[in-house]
Amino acid sequence: MRNTEVIKVALIGNPNTGKSSLFNQLTGLNQKVSNYPGVTVEKKSGTAKLNDITNATIIDLPGTYSINPTSLDENIVLQSLLNPDNEYPDVVVVVADVENLKRNLFLFSQIKDLEIPAILVINMADQMKKKGISLDIELLKQELNSEVLLVSARKKIGIDELKKAILNYKKANISTIADIADRIDVDFFNQVKNNFNEISLYKAWLLITQHHNFSTIDKSLQKRIDTYRKDTSKLKKMQNRETILRYQYINNILKKTYAVDTEKATDLRFKLDKILTHKIFGYVIFASILMLIFQSIFDWTSIPMDFIDTTFAQLSEWAKNKLPQGMFTNLLAEGIIPGIGGIVIFVPQIAILFFLISILEETGYMSRVVFLMDKIMRRFGMSGKSVIPLISGTACAIPAIMAARNISGWKERLVTILVTPFTTCSARLPVYAIIIALVIPNQRVLGIFSLQGLTLMALYLLGFTAAMVSGYLLNKTLKVRGKSFFVIEMPNYKLPSIKNVLYTVLEKTKAFVFGAGKIILAISIVLWFLASNGPSSFKNASEIVKKEYSNQKLSESEVNQKIASYKLEHSYIGIAGKAIEPAIKPLGYDWKIGIALLTSFAAREVFVGTLATIYSVENDGGTTTIKEKMAAEINQDTGKKLFNFPTGMSLLIFYAFAMQCMGTLAIVKRETNSWKWPLLQLFGMTALAYLASLLTFTLLN
Amino acid sequence: METTIANLSVGEKGIIQDISYDNVPLKLLEMGCLPGKEVELIQVAPMKDPLYIRVNGSHLAIRKETAELIQITKSENLCEILKS
Repeated sequence: MRNTEVIKVALIGNPNTGKSSLFNQLTGLNQKVSNYPGVTVEKKSGTAKLNDITNATIIDLPGTYSINPTSLDENIVLQSLLNPDNEYPDVVVVVADVENLKRNLFLFSQIKDLEIPAILVINMADQMKKKGISLDIELLKQELNSEVLLVSARKKIGIDELKKAILNYKKANISTIADIADRIDVDFFNQVKNNFNEISLYKAWLLITQHHNFSTIDKSLQKRIDTYRKDTSKLKKMQNRETILRYQYINNILKKTYAVDTEKATDLRFKLDKILTHKIFGYVIFASILMLIFQSIFDWTSIPMDFIDTTFAQLSEWAKNKLPQGMFTNLLAEGIIPGIGGIVIFVPQIAILFFLISILEETGYMSRVVFLMDKIMRRFGMSGKSVIPLISGTACAIPAIMAARNISGWKERLVTILVTPFTTCSARLPVYAIIIALVIPNQRVLGIFSLQGLTLMALYLLGFTAAMVSGYLLNKTLKVRGKSFFVIEMPNYKLPSIKNVLYTVLEKTKAFVFGAGKIILAISIVLWFLASNGPSSFKNASEIVKKEYSNQKLSESEVNQKIASYKLEHSYIGIAGKAIEPAIKPLGYDWKIGIALLTSFAAREVFVGTLATIYSVENDGGTTTIKEKMAAEINQDTGKKLFNFPTGMSLLIFYAFAMQCMGTLAIVKRETNSWKWPLLQLFGMTALAYLASLLTFTLLN
Repeated sequence: METTIANLSVGEKGIIQDISYDNVPLKLLEMGCLPGKEVELIQVAPMKDPLYIRVNGSHLAIRKETAELIQITKSENLCEILKS
């Protein structure tokens, strides 16, 4: 094999310019998502074959309007252009949308001033005629002193030309273009020029104006930077001046090269906006779309989820029966396989949720929702952008919390992260389902509504209300510095590209399985260990049980069940369950429920599985189901049924509020970069759950 | 007539005169909202906030508190000229 040369390409552009489409065209499925070191932002990179001996590694940087960052995502763009490490690009491809060329050139002019080889790609060129746009490419090339290409990523036009241009990146002119430093402040920039002669002037300027400290810069440079940072109000004035001068420069160029025949501009945007942001229809449409999303998350996924459930149960059974007996087989059959199953079971819901959300984002509708909801959400300490995490939270809080990254105000983002776990995620469903079936009578209200269904809906509303109320309280009490601001683009409506949507689904699902999955799996293994080990009475379980029941005629499988129950009771986790019994008795629970509460700290749906083990239900179609076992369970103190109405309601309320998901806590730690916030969630939500359940049980009993 | 973007009615236009630079995020300027540019109020969200504007070829939504910081001269619309 011949040695291949690899060119490092950074893809940069405004949001909504079709940058992802271009990335997908260039790399196909040769993509991977990793994390930037030290931060949580996902890094998308891929490989494109340029010719027989040259490949390009393409990094898709987050969409941004400027290299002055306003959010975590945008900060990455700046970082990768300022840190000359091995990630530093050989050439930057700036993707621009032909309709918003002016604003896109703003970013391009900044990149050019960094003196990096840069190619301007004007995307959606196929739309030019329809939109009445004419463009003098040759003149634009001269004016910008750069390679400029017309491309249509969706129609695969101009991709080969772009590959050629990337191959020729060394011929690119790397001089600055805007030359505005002297017009901002001659003295200041002359001084900077002399003081930082080892780096480009614009780079020095960026280092001075960004509050972020770059770990990779050496001490002497940092010291010199700090001396210029003091007068922040003067710096901000100069940044404003820079912006104005850049636009003057761009306007002069576009006057010569770009023309729009406004009569040809369609009024589709105008008409759709009138309806979609209407004060009544806007909300009606949004509510209908929400209903559709919920409907599909629950209806369309039940078949694949049941399938995954049974497949993993069978796999577990198979491993137990076919593999040689021992510690490792037990770990595999009772720890690892159910652990992986517990992750995979959420894939259908997450995939469908992100399928629908990315369609809404691709069409441009999501910005309208943000616009509609901002004022309402602000009363609860959040931003219009918080709607997306809160909707996503109904599938799983983990990807939902990650979706809060593009909220630019820290306080609004923090409140969103803190309250999202209150929304009813799908892991609560199996718990709700079994308890509702036990304690709520299967009746109809007003002839049509099922009482059980109404209870489920009430629990959803309860979770949502808890999220909003705690948002309101956090907003009043949190003393967090940092101003929030809100500037969003309202993009043009367009048809979603199925390719982009499917890539997003793939990417989000992979991120969940490999990110959150690792944590859930690890905790499942720890819990398995605690449930399958214990002090001496645990080890001698089989003799003790056989002795106890020796005078009764029990079948072998019945004896085995008794042994399993006895083992669980005397395992470490069983001991812990007994230990917390005094604390949970006022809520109407016994130590068996206590065990299930403890194990479900890993993930809520473990509750049902644990109870199944405790009540030793047979997997292979025994006569009694777990539900029947639970219904028959007697409270030893009162002699009445354990799962009666007060206990059942108390459990439902507990699960609605309690923070029982280690995966979420780990993600919150990662996203907020501190243990303070996940601990606040853990103790705050659990305390709320305890008090609310106590109240429920006391009132109903 | 001197006013701010927050006081425009839907469909009205104005020319940006001055921006309270200390309080307006740099991002808004970078997206093309600059003195001398024409701004049109396209839509107001149901609770009178945020505002959906078109400026310098960009379609943006900003909060009312930000809109109040941007001074404009209102372009007289034809009806008012005819009335006076």
